Amino acid sequence: MEKRVALITGAGRGIGAKIALTLAQDNTDIAVVDYSDEEAAKETLDALAQAGAVARYYKCDVSDFAGTKAVVDQIVKDFGKIDILVNNAGVTADKLIMRMEEADWDRVLRINLKGCFNMIKHVTPYMMRKRYGRIVSISSVVGLMGNAGQANYSASKAGIIGLTKSVAKEFGSRGITANAVAPGFIKTAMTDALTEEQKQAMYKLIPLGSLGETEDIAQAVKFLVSDCARYITGEVLRVDGGMCM
Amino acid sequence: MTTLEKLKEILSECKGEDLDITPETTFDELEFDSLDKVDIVMQIEEAYDISLGDNMQLSTVGELIAKIDEAVANK
Repeated sequence: MEKRVALITGAGRGIGAKIALTLAQDNTDIAVVDYSDEEAAKETLDALAQAGAVARYYKCDVSDFAGTKAVVDQIVKDFGKIDILVNNAGVTADKLIMRMEEADWDRVLRINLKGCFNMIKHVTPYMMRKRYGRIVSISSVVGLMGNAGQANYSASKAGIIGLTKSVAKEFGSRGITANAVAPGFIKTAMTDALTEEQKQAMYKLIPLGSLGETEDIAQAVKFLVSDCARYITGEVLRVDGGMCM
Repeated sequence: MTTLEKLKEILSECKGEDLDITPETTFDELEFDSLDKVDIVMQIEEAYDISLGDNMQLSTVGELIAKIDEAVANK
């Protein structure tokens, strides 16, 4: 089977790196797009190479319209095509609305939501001509249920859902599917820092009674870009242990 | 490369097959839908560094060639 090519934003580390590694182990070459320096993504690039993938690093600010076009064009030049786009790059700037500055709002929306638009805008012409494409954007359960202190982040993640459904409708006739994954509480360095009491309070909200792992998100993405999900588009797949039913 | 040759290249790439077109060929014959038309216009605009607008009502390849040549001449 012909190797596929995936462009993954924010793939230098964390959930993005896990998604990259999971797809690399599934016969996929990876274009790692990240804002940080290549050195910070070295571990990820080494792991991808060990998994047998051709992996290249592209430094890019996803909120930069012209910059994303240049990177997408370069990736197509280097790899010959883009079969899969995973919009994972995102930031937070958590504050209550009373304290939230205009810049906090703008920055989070620009990177989290406009970043997805930029990538989709520049990748879809190539996918259209191939009559094939798989787009998965990482949303969040807070995009479905809201969260005090995260008005900007929640709005950006809800925006991703509307964007995903529109993309699914516009490009469905070209064999392109677009779906979103909405993670719940995922085990990260941030959740590791919580007290036991805070963790217990969190577990009470989750029917499955534990935090998710980055692996859980990566497997959901792997499913949505696989042939098993060829008839699924415009869907939001919650990976949250049942928290947001 | 003439405008017709360039257009043949763009339309063929969009269709995913080699198209044999003449100025008399109609877009109805080529069975392009609205998404194809947007893609074609964008590719032409990029290739010639011109702007054709979003609401072109064209029925034949010849009409499109005339539009392109006019836009290029007015650059």
